[in-house]
Amino acid sequence: MKNNRKLRLTKTSRTNFLTYLMVIVAFVVLNSMSNAGMLKSALQGQLVPICAYVTMALALNLTVGVLGELSLGHAGFMSVGAFAGAVAASAMRDAVAAEPVRLAIALVIGAAFAALAGVLVGIPVLRLNGDYLAIVTLAFGEIIKSIINNLYIGVDARGLHASFVQNTIALGDGGRMILSGPMGIPGVTKISTFTAGFILIMVTLVVIFNLVNSRSGRAIMALRDNRIAAESVGINVTKYKMMAFVTSAALAGAAGALFALGQNTIIASKFDFNQSILILVFVVLGGQGRMWGSIIAAAALTVLPELLREFADYRMLVYAIVLILVMLLTNNPTLKGFFEGLAAKVKKSEKGA
Amino acid sequence: MTFLSHLINGISLGSVYAIIALGYTMVYGIAKMLNFAHGDVIMVGAYICFFAVATYGLPPIVGVLLAMVVCTALGMLIERLAYKPLRQAPSLAVLITAIGVSYFLQNGAQLLWSANNKMFPNFLNFGGKTGLSLFDGQLTISWTAIVTVVACVVIMIALTLFTGKTRIGKAMRACSEDKGAAELMGINVNTTISVTFAIGSALAAIAGVLLCSAYPILVPTTGSMPGIKAFTAAVFGGIGSIPGALLGGVLLGVIEIFAKAYISTQLSDAIVFAVLIIVLLVKPTGLLGKQIREKV
Repeated sequence: MKNNRKLRLTKTSRTNFLTYLMVIVAFVVLNSMSNAGMLKSALQGQLVPICAYVTMALALNLTVGVLGELSLGHAGFMSVGAFAGAVAASAMRDAVAAEPVRLAIALVIGAAFAALAGVLVGIPVLRLNGDYLAIVTLAFGEIIKSIINNLYIGVDARGLHASFVQNTIALGDGGRMILSGPMGIPGVTKISTFTAGFILIMVTLVVIFNLVNSRSGRAIMALRDNRIAAESVGINVTKYKMMAFVTSAALAGAAGALFALGQNTIIASKFDFNQSILILVFVVLGGQGRMWGSIIAAAALTVLPELLREFADYRMLVYAIVLILVMLLTNNPTLKGFFEGLAAKVKKSEKGA
Repeated sequence: MTFLSHLINGISLGSVYAIIALGYTMVYGIAKMLNFAHGDVIMVGAYICFFAVATYGLPPIVGVLLAMVVCTALGMLIERLAYKPLRQAPSLAVLITAIGVSYFLQNGAQLLWSANNKMFPNFLNFGGKTGLSLFDGQLTISWTAIVTVVACVVIMIALTLFTGKTRIGKAMRACSEDKGAAELMGINVNTTISVTFAIGSALAAIAGVLLCSAYPILVPTTGSMPGIKAFTAAVFGGIGSIPGALLGGVLLGVIEIFAKAYISTQLSDAIVFAVLIIVLLVKPTGLLGKQIREKV
């Protein structure tokens, strides 16, 4: 028994170690290619969004794969983080001169606000189950989008000013609007870097792996596998569900802040239902609960539309077909068997030759 | 009077939601899947009717029938190609496939019919008037609103009779209760699911035409937001329940129009979703949903 447990632990830590290694190698290779100017400019511009989406996918995988609850509104948390982070960075523009420091503070603020949103959303949402929980997260995602779409924030010498629905802010001398409702934040100073994105991914992995391999993590997974059995051995359902959900929201917020500070403009309607779905696609394609899968899927699918550029108008159509085919190939027993048989045959004939 | 006018608009919009919600609710009841492509079938139906009437000059009723035929075929085709192979797969895989189908339909429509706005013609004007004037013209009810509400009521009655009295309707109810047992009783589950998709898609075509008659701008993404709202309506009323879809749809429509009129246009969506959340907290399976006991 003891021996068995030790074995399993080593296997998990090996997977975790390989995941870290994969991220580090990918970063080193891409970074040196980028420095040597070997990357196409389109791909170069995608580096920060890739990091943001990878972090998003990891965060959502914590909810979907580890906690086992479907969230259709994770873009809402990304949005909260994005706007909180971007407003903070803009407000601190003069106070904090060093860009990396400002970025770090913005990410922390983004994560904090998203965590707060996670708590507020989590209290009602986590009382529900299954598809009902999913639809309520969808509803919260839409509500967050509407709220930010109607939020106006300006800054002047006296500090931050905010108004809701109508822009009633009277700014003092030298004041400026940061967030203007549906127009979003028009002039974001790009301070996100690929290195910062890499650090964020690593931090996310450390947080998730440590959570999953802890006593709390085992409690969370027990809830996923059988809520009633877990409850009957004394696991506090609300506490552990909340723990996973809020952690996931905070990480999503940090990803949002990173994403926003790498764009010229951000608007609230960017973070809609489709965005939530996009991230869910990364998680499902990568495999629920499998962090390295999420990383690869998020990176590959963020780059895929760029690679499909040559198909021009057909690219989203091709994307849709790829998505359907991958789902069919990985989940249909007949097709799966057929392809496995084919692969075995190819191997055999190679051996024979 | 304005109150009455808003109420009528709300009921009319709600009736469209209810017709769409029926498609969601029936498919969910039987196949236990969220068919996110349903909203895009609505869009296809609206386009077919638009081209039949505006381009080929066919009479509107023929356009609607044509849209229904095309959507029915489309719905069954989607079910056969994309969902049937995944009958045993985990529900998330089916959900993602449905999203893939939704992307496919939206982008296919964009390629075929371009992303430009199409102005959907209003073919409901009798004697040069687009509506019924009441109280010396203080209150005008558009023909579209009347036809929408009537269509919704007729569909609802027809469906209730269909699921209650006919053989295939009973088979549908049996499948939604217990697929395994239904199969043992000699019911062909695959055919039943196929029929459900066919009915849902035909209803989507009607909903598409009605929706675009009231809100005449037609683009490839026309169906997605009403689709999401109708899905919300289905959950609101209790997903899987046919009267629930009607109740949820109408309530959602009325709340949306009232929120727009009396509170804030920009926040109307947020208010609709907030009401949904409150309802689900009080009644976790929707207004008319069945309480499912958990077995240990």
